Amino acid sequence: MAKPIECNSCNLPATVHLTQIVNGQIKKIDLCENCAKEKGVTDPEGFSLAELLSTAGSSNSETKKGNSPAGQGLVCESCGFSQHNLNKLGRMGCPDCYKTFGSILKPMLTTMHVGTGHCGKFPEFASDRMDMQKKLSQLEKQIAKAIEEERYEDAALCRDQIRQLAEPVTEA
Amino acid sequence: MDLQKLIKGKTELTGKLSKSSPVVISSRIRLARNLSNIPFPGWAKSKQKREVLSKCREVVEGFQPFKGGLFVKMEDLTELEKLILVERHLISKELTQSAEAGAMAVDSRQARVIMINEEDHLRIQVLKSGFNFNRIWKTIDELDSAFEKNLDYSFSPELGYLTACPTNLGTGMRASVMMHLSALVLSNQMEKVIRAVGQLGIAVRGIYGEGSDATGSIFQISNQQTLGESEKEILKRLSNVLKTVIEHEYNAREKLFETERNMIQDKIGRAYGVLKHGYLLNSGEAMNLLSLLRLSVDIGMLETDWRDIIDRLFIENQPAHIQVMAERELEPSERDAKRAEHLRRSLIELPEPDFNKLTF
Repeated sequence: MAKPIECNSCNLPATVHLTQIVNGQIKKIDLCENCAKEKGVTDPEGFSLAELLSTAGSSNSETKKGNSPAGQGLVCESCGFSQHNLNKLGRMGCPDCYKTFGSILKPMLTTMHVGTGHCGKFPEFASDRMDMQKKLSQLEKQIAKAIEEERYEDAALCRDQIRQLAEPVTEA
Repeated sequence: MDLQKLIKGKTELTGKLSKSSPVVISSRIRLARNLSNIPFPGWAKSKQKREVLSKCREVVEGFQPFKGGLFVKMEDLTELEKLILVERHLISKELTQSAEAGAMAVDSRQARVIMINEEDHLRIQVLKSGFNFNRIWKTIDELDSAFEKNLDYSFSPELGYLTACPTNLGTGMRASVMMHLSALVLSNQMEKVIRAVGQLGIAVRGIYGEGSDATGSIFQISNQQTLGESEKEILKRLSNVLKTVIEHEYNAREKLFETERNMIQDKIGRAYGVLKHGYLLNSGEAMNLLSLLRLSVDIGMLETDWRDIIDRLFIENQPAHIQVMAERELEPSERDAKRAEHLRRSLIELPEPDFNKLTF
């Protein structure tokens, strides 16, 4: 009789056999029931994602030059979330992580979703707020420049504009 | 928390506010939303999560439909109370584990539900009985837009609503239906269906979500992809797949009565007997028996009013509900007795399924 397939993680007989196509290559994994549970194979969505992430990480370091020699890889400046965390958890730390890990994520989005660009609802107020943020930071730069160049009247004008813009925001 | 009010109230899914339908038990849409500049709940510090909670609470409680409802923090609930909410499909198991600043708001119909600090800062959900995506979308779109006036959502024009998990990016929308596919299960066709719809980006899960089995022949079917299509397109694609599944279920029912009439009559007759006269029933067995009664209603053998009662019993049949009914904690064997008693009482006037009234 053929020897039963052993679990890839411990040496017990494997009962869960998972085949996934990752980056066009067939990837097989055999696990015993306990290890399967532990690794979350029973949660198909979460598992395939974690798998995708770790594969993406390793193929990156094989094919391209790695972002850092060892350890954490990229780290999000806003929240301190690392590439290592991302590979382990399959989730992001904060909204800015999407900028930090954008290059890792992009190729995965094509497998995960129908397309890679948003086609749905646009939040009306968030868009307004984003425009507002842009205007405010432009005005702040103008003030700084005006002060540097001793154009105090211009600086005061900009400051008034900022006040006008900021009012409805703080009210909301 | 006033559990009795929650259980006895007139609600969307317990057959008191709206009529039940064949095959599709209920539909729901949920939107994942996050506030900008704050880490997602899984990575945020305790203080940041409390900040999210207080911001969201203010906005949710200020919104008219939630005024007659309930707002509860997970830390203030007992284990039994949390289970009741899970069994009523109002919150997820994940939220019950979010002791730190996790919270839920529900309106009086139990049709609009907000989860705070689950996987995302906000999970907005609307549910209705029957197959009803258009109306649900209208309600949830309004709710989301109203919240957005006062909450600064994290959004990118390229990637859409930014969510903790990249599988929810874009619309952040997951639409699902709870389907009763008894004939497809009885004729061993479910695996084929799951595989076929899986290839179309549609996921099929058991009644309690990922990893659960098909107790009571009840399945949750939902879209998997959220980015690259508009909400309307996703709903249309999902609806088309669901219509095909419903058609298959109807065909399987006809075929079953054509080819295995004795088998199916026997199963329904036994379900009727055990539910009316059993004294020990575990929740899995009770679900499977109720499932056969629901099938009898759908095919004309019982009056449709009974389906509303059966759908309510699907919920009340579960362990936490049985214990609240008994007003004390029960050992599993005691629960089985209490459950059988509740079913006998609820079905005391149930007439025998009439095989002469069979209609498809």
